[in-house]
Amino acid sequence: MDAYLDNSATTRCLECVTEKMVHVMRTDYGNPSSLHKKGVEAEHYIKEAKAFFAENLKVQEKELYFTSGGTESNNLAVMGAALANQRAGKHLITTAIEHPSVLNVMKYLETCGFRVTYLPVDKNGIVSLDALRDAVSQETILLSVMYVNNEIGSVQPIKEIAQTVRMQNPRVLFHVDAIQAYGKYRIYPKKEGIDLLSVSGHKIHGPKGIGLLYVSEKAKIRPILFGGEQQKGIRSGTENVPGTAGIAEAAKECYRDLEEKTDRMYRLKEKLITGAERLDGVTVNGRTGRDSAPHIVSLSFAGVRSEVLLHALEEKGIYVSAGSACSSNKPSVSQTLQGIGLEKGLLGSTLRFSLSFETTEEEIAYCLEGLKEVLPMLRKYVRR
Amino acid sequence: MFQAFLIKYGEIGVKGKNRYVFEDALVARMKQVLSGVDGTFRITKEQGRIYVEAEGAFDYEETISALQRVFGIVGICPVVLAEDQGFEALSEDVLAYMHRMYEGVTDTFKVHTRRANKRYPMDSMEVNAELGGRILEEFPGLTVDVHKPGILLHIELRSQICIYSEVIPGPGGMPLGTNGRSILLLSGGIDSPVAGYMVAKRGVYIDAVYFHAPPYTSERAKEKVVELAKKVARYTGDIRLHVINFTDIQMYIYDQCPKDELTIIMRRYMMRIAQQIAEDTGCLALITGESIGQVASQTVPSLAATNDVCRLPVFRPLIAFDKEDIVTIAKKIDTYETSILPYEDCCTTFVAKHPVTKPQVERIRWSEKALAGKIDEMVKEALETKEVIQV
Repeated sequence: MDAYLDNSATTRCLECVTEKMVHVMRTDYGNPSSLHKKGVEAEHYIKEAKAFFAENLKVQEKELYFTSGGTESNNLAVMGAALANQRAGKHLITTAIEHPSVLNVMKYLETCGFRVTYLPVDKNGIVSLDALRDAVSQETILLSVMYVNNEIGSVQPIKEIAQTVRMQNPRVLFHVDAIQAYGKYRIYPKKEGIDLLSVSGHKIHGPKGIGLLYVSEKAKIRPILFGGEQQKGIRSGTENVPGTAGIAEAAKECYRDLEEKTDRMYRLKEKLITGAERLDGVTVNGRTGRDSAPHIVSLSFAGVRSEVLLHALEEKGIYVSAGSACSSNKPSVSQTLQGIGLEKGLLGSTLRFSLSFETTEEEIAYCLEGLKEVLPMLRKYVRR
Repeated sequence: MFQAFLIKYGEIGVKGKNRYVFEDALVARMKQVLSGVDGTFRITKEQGRIYVEAEGAFDYEETISALQRVFGIVGICPVVLAEDQGFEALSEDVLAYMHRMYEGVTDTFKVHTRRANKRYPMDSMEVNAELGGRILEEFPGLTVDVHKPGILLHIELRSQICIYSEVIPGPGGMPLGTNGRSILLLSGGIDSPVAGYMVAKRGVYIDAVYFHAPPYTSERAKEKVVELAKKVARYTGDIRLHVINFTDIQMYIYDQCPKDELTIIMRRYMMRIAQQIAEDTGCLALITGESIGQVASQTVPSLAATNDVCRLPVFRPLIAFDKEDIVTIAKKIDTYETSILPYEDCCTTFVAKHPVTKPQVERIRWSEKALAGKIDEMVKEALETKEVIQV
């Protein structure tokens, strides 16, 4: 038996998604920019996808752009907003636990004369509103915060964050990286005060190579790719029609009976946590229950190296992710785990288990069984 | 402008009556590497010279870099070949050659003629003098220096005439396959690929053995080793990579033996297994990347303790090398970048905090007695379940 518990890394494409994409690639393969019928047919898929996402997010179709994925959406949002608004100020705010596709853009912008504040988080990975309030100034032009953290599943109080910022400076643009949240939560940018929102296709059982960026019509951003001026010049390049059709199809499926799906994930998550806590030397990182994301569990295993545990589980067909890629040659410690102040000894002993609506009860039970079997064996053979 | 190369080879020249064996091996290997290059090539042997001639269009840079991976080649000379149509025609060819290569250059030069065709009407001194004079007239920037010339223009008078002035260095060494086959203990580190390269350079075909210890070493670590074997194989020709699952043996040693001797005993079992594979596959020696004092298991007493189990000769070409020198070669043969990828090998996983650095052979042998119950069976199973990857 296999247990695929690495759904925050990527998910399996749904069959309805691949079917639709194959149809687009083989039959309606035109370029949406072409003037003939084939082009019109292809454009139809883009329009259909936009209509779906506009309704799903309660935004306007003209506020949606398709990109090559989460990384590009984040890059376009942060870089594009910073460049377009730099005359109003050169101060940016983000958190210490963002994904590298935000953090590394921030670092780059620092070399271009921008000033960046990295907000700390508490032990549960939640950003402090007080620290945020103190950080905002009249110079601030952009705030970027992730909705759900990809490593420990902490959920930020997005609405409160937006309100806090706007109280200090109403002109600040608010970008939300919702790559781990979309498909698990109903997200309405306009109600929550979000100006820019990033979504990725392959985290929601869609294809790789497609992402979405919502840009409020009030927000001004500059393109970071230049070319044929597709998508109003904000994102040049022939539209990825099969990808676009695919991400819309996947999103549709994710939001069908969403509450039922998330309830199930919460239940399975609970089961995983309770089972893991019964084992020796296991601690849960971040909040649990409804205060956390339904699909991400971060566990630390005292005295076991995460990479070794990962491979031992792999031998049993259980696939998880190392909370931090730790090795003797190149120790690269997770920003997030450091950010929540995880005990040093556990930094290299942490794994992430991530679920999806496809995850089954049996998979969780099998995973727990695997842990129970492997952990004592690995603890026996430690470096002395 | 060049359609042909003159290949210079070194030590083969002195191998007496076996010379043809060496030359044939060299030509065979050249054919092999050139088969991967864009172009059609003809390789000919003539009076102690090997020529590569390209028929039609070919990729010059690729050709050079391919030939630079052929052990036994000392120099690669891009040559102009001309039919012998008298001295005037030769002189024109030479001047044309000089124009293309050294137009506007300020330097010193010397003409060096070899008159292999003993019926050529002028002797070599006359050819040197006459051509030198004409070059001087035509190139105001060039002056003669017969002791340390900047440009050494070679004219070889054979059945055809051969003009060249450039010698691109080859790797040296001996042609592959002229010295049997040996097995390399390949880890994922920097040293062992270099060791394999160095021994192969002396004409030895290489097999390799890798000790895989899942889950302590990952699938990626194994892929890294396969990648390294591929990089080494660019020089050494195809490599058979034997992958041994070492986990059970490692665990058993861990259970039964003193922790500080773990690495030494593990290495003794690696040697034993490698030796068994060698004997099964017709390899005559073992090759390791060991270097004195680099780590605890490579002190002289440790090397002696490891060597204690070996019947076959163990080649350790890096034994007296400093790390920097090894790294230099690793970079040259393009294995360095792969070697430093951060995946562990099984030696580092369980290494004790304070491993023995002065093990005594007697004591290690005594410690190994604790394994007697099961170990032979485990070794046998490891050998039976080994995976062979043709790289």
